[in-house]
Amino acid sequence: MAKDLEDGADHTKLIEEVLAAYPKKAQKRRAKHLSTAGPVEEGETEIVSKCDTVKSNVKSVPGVMTIRGCAYAGSKGVVWGPIKDMVHISHGPVGCGHYSWSQRRNYYTGTTGVDSFVTFQFTTDFQEKDIVFGGDKKLEKTIDEINELFPLSKGITVQSECPIGLIGDDIEAVAKKKKKDIAKTIVPVRCEGFRGVSQSLGHHIANDAVRDWVLTGEGTAIEATDYDVNIIGDYNIGGDAWSSRILLEEIGLNVVGSWSGDATLAEIENAPKAKLNLIHCYRSMNYICRYMEETHGVPWMEYNFFGPSQIAASLRAIAAKFDQTIQDKAEEVIARYQPLVDQVLAKYKPRLEGKKVMLYVGGLRPRHVVTAYHDLGMEIVGTGYEFAHGDDYKRTGEYIKEGTLIYDDVTGYELEKFIETIRPDLVGSGIKEKYPTQKMGIPFRQMHSWDYSGPYHGYDGFAIFARDMDLAINNPVWGLFDAPWKKSA
Amino acid sequence: MSALRQIAFYGKGGIGKSTTSQNTLAALVEMGQRILIVGCDPKADSTRLILNTKMQDTVIHMAAEMGSVEDLELEDVMKVGYKGIKCTEAGGPEPGVGCAGRGVITAINFLEENGAYDDVDYVSYDVLGDVVCGGFAMPIRENKAQEIYIVMSGEMMALYAANNIAKGILKYANSGGVRLGGLICNERQTDRELELAEALAERLGCKMIHFVPRDNIVQHAELRRETVIQYAPDSKQAEEYRQLARKIHENSGKGVIPTPITMEELEQMLLDFGIMQSEEDRLAAIAETEAKSA
Repeated sequence: MAKDLEDGADHTKLIEEVLAAYPKKAQKRRAKHLSTAGPVEEGETEIVSKCDTVKSNVKSVPGVMTIRGCAYAGSKGVVWGPIKDMVHISHGPVGCGHYSWSQRRNYYTGTTGVDSFVTFQFTTDFQEKDIVFGGDKKLEKTIDEINELFPLSKGITVQSECPIGLIGDDIEAVAKKKKKDIAKTIVPVRCEGFRGVSQSLGHHIANDAVRDWVLTGEGTAIEATDYDVNIIGDYNIGGDAWSSRILLEEIGLNVVGSWSGDATLAEIENAPKAKLNLIHCYRSMNYICRYMEETHGVPWMEYNFFGPSQIAASLRAIAAKFDQTIQDKAEEVIARYQPLVDQVLAKYKPRLEGKKVMLYVGGLRPRHVVTAYHDLGMEIVGTGYEFAHGDDYKRTGEYIKEGTLIYDDVTGYELEKFIETIRPDLVGSGIKEKYPTQKMGIPFRQMHSWDYSGPYHGYDGFAIFARDMDLAINNPVWGLFDAPWKKSA
Repeated sequence: MSALRQIAFYGKGGIGKSTTSQNTLAALVEMGQRILIVGCDPKADSTRLILNTKMQDTVIHMAAEMGSVEDLELEDVMKVGYKGIKCTEAGGPEPGVGCAGRGVITAINFLEENGAYDDVDYVSYDVLGDVVCGGFAMPIRENKAQEIYIVMSGEMMALYAANNIAKGILKYANSGGVRLGGLICNERQTDRELELAEALAERLGCKMIHFVPRDNIVQHAELRRETVIQYAPDSKQAEEYRQLARKIHENSGKGVIPTPITMEELEQMLLDFGIMQSEEDRLAAIAETEAKSA
């Protein structure tokens, strides 16, 4: 079988060149994280395992510039932060909360400071004395102050920063006590930054905290229907969850809870009453889906709302779990949006066709956005995850072509080398990677925050996605990259 | 003025570090030395016999009360006791909360930065129990204590602790300048105590500086919140402490890098002294006793 990508052999050589710069020990360790996608084995149907040669979810090599985050980032920044009617305390010194303030662009409706608090930053602002004498009393006081200043807040989470674990504060005892005092949900989260190898453990810890401190009650009375579903693992970045929800509602489903983009505490509490969990970001929320399946009997399925081919496939797969009326509506919806899709493709495909893209992102995007690019006629030549596990790489095989360059927990040096050598037409990664890439003269889009744009989910999001990629790649600025006096005649 | 000497007393909890150090320092002040005591124990009882009362205003408590350590003045936390000995206590949290080690670090930095070490000949650190974390190792780190005196006895656990502290000193001896000044044996009247203490000192490569005999007068003085030097200046015990003080004073610059031994070696030493049975012998003896009583 011929390689899907012609430059697959070159990629293998490139990996060798890049590794050659390392000392022996680092070379051996990093070699396990870099590879090219292998061939699809005969008979493989659903999950293609051509990527699991990549060794993932292990400690980064000391001395390299890793692009990973910490457990606190995974819990506070990703999972808990978007729940809008709860106050999330960054418990510890002021820096962790301050420097991660509003980074994820989790959109929400509501009145900020009255019933919604996503863009607020709360911290216990630990001082020397709190370290020496312990911070439990200060935490109690903070909870009381929050309750008094923001009476419409529905609950409080305590997001532990490193010192909390080091000095052995008993935040669980404080949570239990204050829950009795103020009769609101208080969630202690042990997401100290030094735990685990990346933000991934923070997602897991946050999921466990939801299980242990929120899903223990009955929730509120809701009018149950046969079409109740939850959106799991959509953080409503730039409005993603909204452009997803609209499609689910149009095919006749009723979204009970949105986890956790634009979510309320009540939505989280009521989630186990749904008939099906639809999970977008598998990496950060598969834990709670498995729990709800085991405990509440709610099945779950993965879906992908990036790009029209995956949207249509996902809508059909979701509808297949319900009756004929839903299935018919799904077809109607797909047909209704087809003119929009045709319009977008007519406008942008000629401008983007054949362009090469490299990605390096987080939870689900290194695979989920691949087909959105394919829909526009673009080609993914390299992709990788910051903090994926083996199961993520297995799932990646479905999306990418043989010969694609794969990099796990890539280092600053490796990524720069890869980009420099391959010189793709577009790189999609984070803020830290943006400016070095642009300085190389290569167009770039931030694929964590959508570069202050979005949404990219759903049909509406696809139109914006296509426009943004065109804006980046076909920007006239790239024609001005060489100094005029250096231009060849 | 001669260079500032910084010394520290370490040892197993309850061994009599605070009592020994305060009596020795009271004797040193008689010799005309100007002394600052830095108590590094959250219990804040390193200066009680010098002040004739328990220190109330510890660095950490005062700092917490005033807001932060930056708001604190040296006068707030330094009291003057017996014959002009300056006394400070780091203080710390109640048992079971917070981080006492961080408290020690904060307190020592504050005292240094605010001139507590000016105009004294001696700074003496009295540190709790074992070196459980980095905070309690602060006095043996760079530019702090030059010599460590380990207070011990002939009890097995005190020997273990002394050896462990020697390990801590070794760790910092090469990066900083800390040395082991020697062992001070506080008599517990255990079997072959003096010989055992001397043997351990030899294994650690240091001196057994002084053997302080057990005397009930220490208890009498302690109950009156006084050192023996103050309570019974003419007693035999007071003379012992004066001797110890002289030896420490003359020991300046004579500290050593210790050569701590393994746990197995330590046990072997006790076996060799005939005060401990080997595991096999002991198990056999237990079996025999049980067989008899059965």
